Amino acid sequence: MIKKSEVKKIFKKGIYTENPVFVQVIGICSALAVTNLMMNSLIMGIALSFVTAFSCLTVSLLKSYTPKHIRMMVQVLIISSFVIIVDIYLKAYMPNMSKSLGPYVGLIITNCIIMGRAEGFAQANPPILSFLDGIASGLGYTLVLLMISSIREILGFGTVFGFQILPETITKWTLMVMPPSAFFILACIMWVTNNRRLKLERKGVEKR
Amino acid sequence: MIEVNPIIIIFAAIFTSNMIFSNFLGMCSFIAVSKEIPTAIGLGISVTMVMTVTTILNYIIYWTVLVRFNLEYLMFIIFILIIAAFVQLLEMVLERYLPTLYYSLGIFLPLITVNCAILGISLFMVTRQYNFMQTLGYAVGSGIGWLLAITAMAGIRSRLNEKSIPEGLRGTPITLIITGIMALAFVGFSGMVQIQ
Repeated sequence: MIKKSEVKKIFKKGIYTENPVFVQVIGICSALAVTNLMMNSLIMGIALSFVTAFSCLTVSLLKSYTPKHIRMMVQVLIISSFVIIVDIYLKAYMPNMSKSLGPYVGLIITNCIIMGRAEGFAQANPPILSFLDGIASGLGYTLVLLMISSIREILGFGTVFGFQILPETITKWTLMVMPPSAFFILACIMWVTNNRRLKLERKGVEKR
Repeated sequence: MIEVNPIIIIFAAIFTSNMIFSNFLGMCSFIAVSKEIPTAIGLGISVTMVMTVTTILNYIIYWTVLVRFNLEYLMFIIFILIIAAFVQLLEMVLERYLPTLYYSLGIFLPLITVNCAILGISLFMVTRQYNFMQTLGYAVGSGIGWLLAITAMAGIRSRLNEKSIPEGLRGTPITLIITGIMALAFVGFSGMVQIQ
């Protein structure tokens, strides 16, 4: 029914070649805001993957029943229902996490990654593939978040997921937990990936 | 919640807790639309307008309907619906009565619905338990802060065009670095007033 190679292609696209944050430059609001601690980024990434996957599934299931001109509205409604589920779950089982993420849980609704996947992929593909595509994009996003937050947490607090790994005596780099550093680190990571891509492109041109 | 003067909240929202530089809200359109000054100002003004009105509407509906009937968990869905409906309405009214303004702002209006700044302000207003005047001050201040940030950014970016920037840095990464430097400058304001 579903070919293995196709699944592989979707995951490769979501995580690497069309990574939502680096390549498509969408959904960076929350990518910057929650990355001061690794735990926050992990939970945020999981929440976003959950919402993206299930919204894409639902959108894809309902695609033949949704009138064309109100489909945006329907998508927003579907997405917000899943965000409400996530929010209630976090409030019930992880009250501390819910407090430290604050309004950014609600802001998953306006995260362009979900709308982008729903509009660009789920609208034209079968449900299970859309579901996998949602997971892949969510994974790509989570990885980027973890990358940024690991740098910020190690340099800012000397910890990884709350465990002390650098000696206690280390001078903490306070800037790393403040907002500006998020911009710098994301920019540097983008710079590195861009350079890689440009290099590959140049190589491709030479081969031809 | 400590009672804070709304005027102080306006200043705090513009400088110390500017939406872009300290809360990272509205980044997507900030990066996408900050290429030229006139467009940036157009978008900034529309965001300020929509933000003020929708935040007040959301405030009224949250406290009179949702809290009274214990429906707080529906807040996300209601807020986003109000924002979308208001933007749609504004678009129709502008097209009918002020066509010149519509043609200059029109292209930005659909973008605003998915601008996380608008929804973000409504959510912050709820978590911080502002009263009516404070909400008004917060919405206006945040809008002006956003307008200020995007205009400044567009000014800088329009001069970057002729500069030789490393190839991998062009586009988004350099914008992010400049935003970071601007954010550093705004950190300097942080001793001035404090909200939250």
